[in-house]
This record gives sequence, C-alpha cells and structure tokens, in this order.
Amino acid sequence: MSLTTFLQQCLTGISLGGAYALIAIGYTMVYGILRLINFAHGDIFMMAGYFMVFAMASFPWFIALPVVLIVTTVLGVSIERVAYKPLRSAPRMSVMISAIGVSYLLQNLATYLFTALPMGYPEIPVLKKVYQLGGLSASFVTFLTPVLTLILVYLLMTLIQHTKMGMAMRAVSKDYETASLMGIDINRTISITFAIGSLLAAVGSILYFTDRMTVFPFSGSLPGMKCFVAAVFGGIGSIPGAVVGGFIIGIGETALVAAGQSTFSDAFTFVILIVILLVRPTGIFGEKTTNKV
Amino acid sequence: MGPNRMINKEKRRNCICTLILIAAVLGICGFLEANKYSYSYAISIIERSMVYAVVAVSMNLVNGFTGLFSLGQAGFMALGAYVTAIFTIPVSQRASVYYISGINPVIAGIQLPIIVALILGGLVAAGVAALIGFPVLRLKSDYLAIATLGFAEIIRACIAAPQFDTITNGSYGLKSIPGFTNIFQPLALSVICIGLMVLLINSSYGRMFKAVREDEIAAEAMGINLFKTKELSFVISSFFAGVSGGMLAMFMRSIDSKTFQVALTYDILLIVVIGGIGSVTGSVIGAFIVTAGREILRFFDEPLMLGGVQVPLFRPGFRMVIFSILLMIVVLFYRKGLMGTNEFSWNGIFDFFKHPFKKKSKKMEGKA
Repeated sequence: MSLTTFLQQCLTGISLGGAYALIAIGYTMVYGILRLINFAHGDIFMMAGYFMVFAMASFPWFIALPVVLIVTTVLGVSIERVAYKPLRSAPRMSVMISAIGVSYLLQNLATYLFTALPMGYPEIPVLKKVYQLGGLSASFVTFLTPVLTLILVYLLMTLIQHTKMGMAMRAVSKDYETASLMGIDINRTISITFAIGSLLAAVGSILYFTDRMTVFPFSGSLPGMKCFVAAVFGGIGSIPGAVVGGFIIGIGETALVAAGQSTFSDAFTFVILIVILLVRPTGIFGEKTTNKV
Repeated sequence: MGPNRMINKEKRRNCICTLILIAAVLGICGFLEANKYSYSYAISIIERSMVYAVVAVSMNLVNGFTGLFSLGQAGFMALGAYVTAIFTIPVSQRASVYYISGINPVIAGIQLPIIVALILGGLVAAGVAALIGFPVLRLKSDYLAIATLGFAEIIRACIAAPQFDTITNGSYGLKSIPGFTNIFQPLALSVICIGLMVLLINSSYGRMFKAVREDEIAAEAMGINLFKTKELSFVISSFFAGVSGGMLAMFMRSIDSKTFQVALTYDILLIVVIGGIGSVTGSVIGAFIVTAGREILRFFDEPLMLGGVQVPLFRPGFRMVIFSILLMIVVLFYRKGLMGTNEFSWNGIFDFFKHPFKKKSKKMEGKA
C-alpha cells in the first residue's frame, strides 16, 4: 500500500470517527445522567437524516441546516418526556425496554412514512466540493468533520465545566437525589442533556450521510450501536472518552475495510466492546465505581 | 364437607378441566389438519405462534426468571436454524441449493433425521452460548444487553460472510428445507420444549435462578454460585432458542441471514413484555396474540375506502406503527403485561369467576 493510499484511508477513518464521536457524546451524556442506554439515539440520528432530505427539498441549505437541528432537538426532548420521564422510579429493565420500544417505533414510523427504500441524501454543494491536498483528494466534508467535532467538543466541555447549567448536569450525574434536594430542577437538566445529545446527533448525521448518499429506516441502528461501543470504550459518562472512542472505532473500521475484511468490520466493534469490558470495564477515562450492598 | 374432600374435589375438577383442554386443543388441531387446504392460513399462523412461543419462553427464562437482560436470541436462533437446515436439506437437492459456490465436501453427504438435526442445532447454539457466556455474563444489566446484541450481530455477520459460502451459502440463504408435514409436529415439539423449561423453572435450579434475579448478593451469600447459575440459565435458554430457530427454518422452508436481524429479537421481546416478564403462560399467550394480531391487523396495510374516499393513513407499514405504539403503551402503562408474574392455573380461573373482584381488594388491603 502506497503512502498516499494509506493517508487517504486515514483521512476517511478520521472523518468517520468524527461523526461517530458526535453521536457517542449523546450516549455518554444520557448514560451519565440517567444510567440508561438510549437505544433510540441511533434512530434519532436516522430521523435527522430524513429531516434533512425534506428540509432541503423546500429550503436552501443555509435555512435547511438550522431547521434540521431544531426539529431533531425537539424530537429528542419529546422522546425523553413521553417515554422515559414516566419511568423515573421504575426498574432499569423497564426503562431499557421502553428505549428499545422507542427505537422500534421510530424505525417502523420511518418505514411507514418514507418507505423502506433508500432515499437519496441531498447534496450540499459547499460540503461536497472536492479539494486536492498533495496526492490526497477528498470532499470538503471529510476535512470539516474532525475539525468541527473538536470545536463542538471544546464548546461542550466549556459549557459543562464553566456554566451553572453544566454544574447542574454534573451534580445530577453524580448523585440524582442529593442534586434534587439542592434545588436543581432534575427534569429540566435531563431535558437539556437530551437536547444537546440530539443536536450533536443531528450534526453528526449531516456529516455522516453527506458521505453515504442514502438514508433508509435502519441506517441508524448499526452506527448507533457502534457509537455506544465508542462511548463504553472511552469510559461511559466521560465526554473526551467518547470522542477518543469514536475516533478509534472509526479508524479501526476503515482500516479493516481497507484490508478487504469489510464483512468483519462490524464484528470488530463488538469484539472491542467485549475486550474493553473484560480488561477495563470502566473504559479509558472512566471513574472507578464500587457497588454498595 | 371436610377440607380434605374439598381439596380432592378441586383436584378432580382441575384434572377434568385439563383433560378437556387437551382434548379441545387436539380436536381443533385435528379439525384444521383434516381441512388443511381451506384453513392453510390459520394453520400457518398457529405454527408460527408455536415457534415463537418456544423462543419467547426461552427468552423469559433468562430475562424474566434469572434477571439477565440478554438480547442475543436472534443469533442463537440463526445458529439453530442453519444447523437444522444444513443437515436436513435432501442430499439430492443440495446441488441446486448451493449452485453458486458449491457445497463443502464434509457436509455434502450427511443428512440427519429432523429430530436429531433440531437437537444438534440446539446443542450448537448452547455450545456457542457457553463460550460467549464466559466473558459476557460477568457484565451487568445494560452492558450485558449490548454485548449479547453485539454477539448476535457477529454470528449473523459470520453466517453471511463469503468465507463460509460453502457451508451457509452466504447471502443467498438456504432453501428446500423440509417443512412440517402436519400441525401436530410443531405442536408436539413446542409442548415438549416448553414443558421441559417449566420443569426446570419449578425445580431447585429454577429457584436458584429466581434467587439470583431477586438479589445477586443475597443469593451469593446463600451459597449460590452466581456465575454457574447464570451460565446454566443462559446456555439452556440458548439451547431452546436454537431448537426454535430450527423449527422456524422448517416453518419458513427457506432462510437467509437477514431473517435473524435484531428486529427478530425485538419481536420476541415484544411478545415477552406483552405476556408479562416472568410468566411462562404469558409468553405463550403473548406469542399467539402478537402473531395472530400481526396477521389480523393486515387490513391496516391495505388502502381503505370509506364512502368513496381513501382514508389517508392506511398504507403499507401502518400495521407495524400501531404495533410499536401498542408496545409503548404496555411498557408505559401496563408494565406487568397480561399475566405479570402469574401462571395459569384452574384454581385461579375458577376463583376469578366466583369472586371477580376479591383478589384486587385483597391486594389493596395488603398495601394499606
């Protein structure tokens, strides 16, 4: 393999990883606060893809983008309100089944509304413009994804570390009940967490689908699971961890595809999951927790 | 009348009721079998329900009775289905099934009787489950769910992989699998499988499972080996999932790796949740309701004309939307499902008819 091909593959991997990182943040934040795998997160990402198809059909891209971001955020928050909020005190298995139910519902709803046939993803001319960099050639979106991911993560970290809202989020994820005794509005904090997660999923979806060209009702389920693995890999609850995990999964997967093992590129993710859970269950950046009787 | 005679009388009544029920089931099946051609639709629904009932009970064994949230059912069904299919497709037809890449010479000449193939399918699934269990069962609730889901996907990816084309026929799938010759075959198979699982649940092993479900630490303190118990439950559940996968292959006559996607696991989870997590009866009833409901609700997928105007909502896919909303309603408002953790018993039914509201008021008193 020549150096150019190698660098080209690296670039693809990093770009894919950036999109994964944005989705993984949604998982890690929700898990940090609710201790819930939001199975529906991958499907929110898929719905954002469909929103983009329809928004682009009626608006120019600079209006379509904010519309998609807002609609996806509203979707994420309303899912939390309808499906998770009534189950705050229920056993964890019920909440998880509810999350699976939402995922099932969104997939079936997408099949019903948009049919099971893949739909062409609209092209944003600015993002698709091909640039040459030495021997490398890639569309603008490939270069943009990792940069945008890092900027967004920086902003998010600032929000969490230096604002009152961020402090509330940290408090809720540390100890749910004490936080509410301290006068923190739990429901509002959780809603904001879902809003941020869905917003980042929408950004990730635009970056991811611009490279993939098509959306179909199940296009969210596998990336969703992979991003969850990324979140676990980095240490669930930790945002830098999710980003690192996202990049590693993205690069690893691209490397396997480049090596001609594309059948096993999906399996690779789950092997990573098992290995990390056995070797270091709290992930790379995770905090150690002890079980109390 | 003394209390002893009362109990004897109840026993006799229950015995007679059970006999009547068995006779009724056999009678209905016999009737359907005799008029096979006019009731083929009903028969196919019933056969599918029986297959799903077995896998739902097996999922309930792990999720409901042992408290492990495992989502690997579809993967184990795939293993069972492929093993059954590979060893039962008539040797004479294999050339036409494996017409793309040829058949592996090792398995080309082996054809097993259906029962042996089904058991072998179950054993393969159980063996794989035992291997997977070592790393996976150390994980807690949600990690376990995602890891088992991941393994099911790995199994599916391996089945579809071109490297195994000569065994699994890759993405073309397998066809010409001998089907059930009559409705009594799936009936007998599912009754035997579910019966064995009920016996297990009611044995001391079953009580161990329940102890682990209720409180792992307390169970461990009572001398129960957590890992062994979990592994046992997981392996046995996978065995029956494998058998039911084989039954599904026989029911469908042709399978490919797409049959065993995550959606299949979700379908089974839907059955278990609607029936009640922790109730075998619930799972069986749930399997019939969900399978039949899915067929009956087919009219949602057809365009509906009311007074010459086409109702806009009715088009393909609407049925599944209704189904998923139904699941959400059950999860959010009737968390216990149809049966909760109760099992079917004649005493329960007769008590219900004698004092329809007594049970509820008793519970209320208990709470107060």
